[in-house]
Amino acid sequence: MSKDQSQLRQKEMIAKHFDRLAAAPDTGEKTAYTFVPGNLTELLLSFDLLPVLPEINSLQSAMRGKTAEYIAVAEKLGHSEDVCTYVKSDIGMMKSGNIGPTGQRLPEPDVLLLSYTGCFTFLKWFELLREEYHCPVAMLHVPYQPDGRITPSMRDYVVKQLKDEIIPTLERISGRAYDEDRLKAHLTLAAQAEDDLVWVLQSAKHRPSPIDAYFGAVYYVGPIFSAFRGTQAAVDYYRELRSEIEERIKAGEGPVTPDGDMERERFRVVVEGPPNWTSFRQFWKMFSDEGAVAVASTYTKVGGVYDTGFRHDPSRPLETLAEYCLGCYTNLGLPTRIKLLAQYIKDYEADGFLINSVKSCNSFSAGQLHIMREVERLSGRPGGFIESDLVDPRYFSAANIKNRLESYFQMLEQKRLPTGLESGGAA
Amino acid sequence: MTGMTTLAALSSRAEALYRDYKLGAVRDWKARTGGLAIGYMPIYIPCELLHAQGVLPVGLLGARDDLEIIKGDAYYQSYICHIPRSTIELGLNGSLDCLDGVIFPAICDVIRNLSGIWQNLFPDKLVRYLDVPQNFSPNIGGRFYRDELESLSADLTARGARAYDPASLSASIALYNRLRALVRGLYALRQEAPWKVPTSELYIMLRATMVLPVEEAIDLLDAYRAGVDAADDRQPLDQARVLLTGSFCEQPPIGLIRTLERSGCYIVDDDFVQVHRWIKSDIPTEGDPLGNLVQAFLSDAIASPTRYIDQGVKGAELNSRVRTSGAEGVLFCAPSFCDPALLDQPMMVRAVETTRVPWTAFKYSENTGQFQVIREQAGTFADSIKLWSEA
Repeated sequence: MSKDQSQLRQKEMIAKHFDRLAAAPDTGEKTAYTFVPGNLTELLLSFDLLPVLPEINSLQSAMRGKTAEYIAVAEKLGHSEDVCTYVKSDIGMMKSGNIGPTGQRLPEPDVLLLSYTGCFTFLKWFELLREEYHCPVAMLHVPYQPDGRITPSMRDYVVKQLKDEIIPTLERISGRAYDEDRLKAHLTLAAQAEDDLVWVLQSAKHRPSPIDAYFGAVYYVGPIFSAFRGTQAAVDYYRELRSEIEERIKAGEGPVTPDGDMERERFRVVVEGPPNWTSFRQFWKMFSDEGAVAVASTYTKVGGVYDTGFRHDPSRPLETLAEYCLGCYTNLGLPTRIKLLAQYIKDYEADGFLINSVKSCNSFSAGQLHIMREVERLSGRPGGFIESDLVDPRYFSAANIKNRLESYFQMLEQKRLPTGLESGGAA
Repeated sequence: MTGMTTLAALSSRAEALYRDYKLGAVRDWKARTGGLAIGYMPIYIPCELLHAQGVLPVGLLGARDDLEIIKGDAYYQSYICHIPRSTIELGLNGSLDCLDGVIFPAICDVIRNLSGIWQNLFPDKLVRYLDVPQNFSPNIGGRFYRDELESLSADLTARGARAYDPASLSASIALYNRLRALVRGLYALRQEAPWKVPTSELYIMLRATMVLPVEEAIDLLDAYRAGVDAADDRQPLDQARVLLTGSFCEQPPIGLIRTLERSGCYIVDDDFVQVHRWIKSDIPTEGDPLGNLVQAFLSDAIASPTRYIDQGVKGAELNSRVRTSGAEGVLFCAPSFCDPALLDQPMMVRAVETTRVPWTAFKYSENTGQFQVIREQAGTFADSIKLWSEA
């Protein structure tokens, strides 16, 4: 599969970042481990702290076929088979030498920035890491949005934590004073990148869609979900990506798939839930072989929901960080998630929606069967349900998933037939 | 009546309340008083606030092993714990109709998301997600928690409860202090003389208090305390003293607790029904009562796996409980797929191992029906303590 210029650019950005991380023990650069949802990248950058994202390390380990071994290491140490495999993969990786996705050793954290946003497991994950690394923890508790609205109390709570606890901790760790102008400059760049990311995601409204907004888009959200939001590099990446997709639209091209450009868009689907990472390519092919394109997905909103209007606002730096954290997808109540999915189906003219329910993630998965019924009711479109895991290969049953997907796409096909043909009555 | 007859009668009454998942006692209370009854999921809510506004707080802890789950299973994948399934089953089969709403405190993502399902399924009822702070500074987490409680109070008033009144709240705090003191006293007595307070019996009493008004709960526990104090015929057995941890949300079936006792264990401390023990000591009744509730939550709550430990050493409180209770072993007894308990467990195990107190671990779900394997495991554990412990 040939790579677009933007992909090469992203690869280079990531390589440089991991080079810096690998060199950190020698250069003296400080690192902060943190999470994707509710990440405070701009704030970390304003203190010259390098972000490390254990979730991304886990998914990268899965794509490199390492997680079966890492999970086994963690389970031997007493971690339950019932709990999140991101956590176990991360602990197994650490116990196996902490070799990151580029094959270089990751530095130990100078601080754990526990942004507790939308996922209970985060709390325990960093308690576990704290026991291993014996480093300070900066804890940011982000309240849940059960009713789909941010109250002044929620915002004030997060802002106060930022002012009184997070920022003083980062000052102490980094040895730098808080510089609001610097933070504002990063937030300005973040908003620029967010504009282009939203344009890219919404390009899937075209027919054919020039992108796959689930499998393809996990690459697109890479920079903004990880270490690069608020940087010029991210702005440049998204500008380049946007122009490539503009070209695809002009040329009437469909999305790139593992086998090259998609020839014919047969089904447009919305996808809820994270992908499986251990068999990512195989999973993607199960869609693309059927001509199924994801035109919208919720996984691409875990690091921020931008397509409903939110942008980082440099004029209110701490308030905007609070609102960003509060608005991440898994921090939204189920009724809000249901409405968002139904809206995607309408806006992107989807034929149906699929839920990939992953064993590891109760934040996503608990309630997804209810979500499926409610979205079907609201949208009038059929839902499909498949089960796998994030990074544990034991829970990816290719034959089962393929069978379910094929049946689902056949059902979508049947629904398109004129009445009479559905029952096979007219030949 | 003799002491034993009294205890038998109390146990029988408590077991009937515990088994009645249709909440007959709550229906009777509503018929008598016309008040609001609001359910709450584990682990803790400030019941005092509800009581002060004339509302009956009703603890919801699943359906044990008494109910076949049919509809509830259609809401959850196989890898999700059991309590949300039985709660949905109870909601959909009408057992919870007498409740005017349900409060879902923030303890894990499953209970959190259940609140959203509840909003959709029961749009006419009060559905309240109660976020609790993980920041314990009075001017940060305390301010947020106070806002949450004020907002909850306003929601109750909007549903017809009495308006918030500080004097009523102070009086309610005093009542709940009495209840907490009774529970603490029973736990202390069990540590001292576990043969007098079998855990299976105490547990049923505590479960009964979940559906009673606090005044009746106090009467029940007062009578139970008098009964066990008078039960001179209860004699010690040669059992191993164990602390059981991990069972704070989804509860084990009573058969499992009895199995542990029959296998040779005296449970001298546990995590069951923590709502009355969440706050460790009396809450002041003087001054601003809402502020006192908030402060108690911030600085006097138990070290639950659902609560971020920002200071101190992880597992220190567990080890302290082991010492205080004189436990000779620890049973890690968590529900399957319980994130808070199971993610916490490796850290707790490590802490316990520093003290050289032996431990063992197993899992259950609220409808576990086969106990033989657990009986053998716990029995072997108890025997090994008796045979090989250093004491």
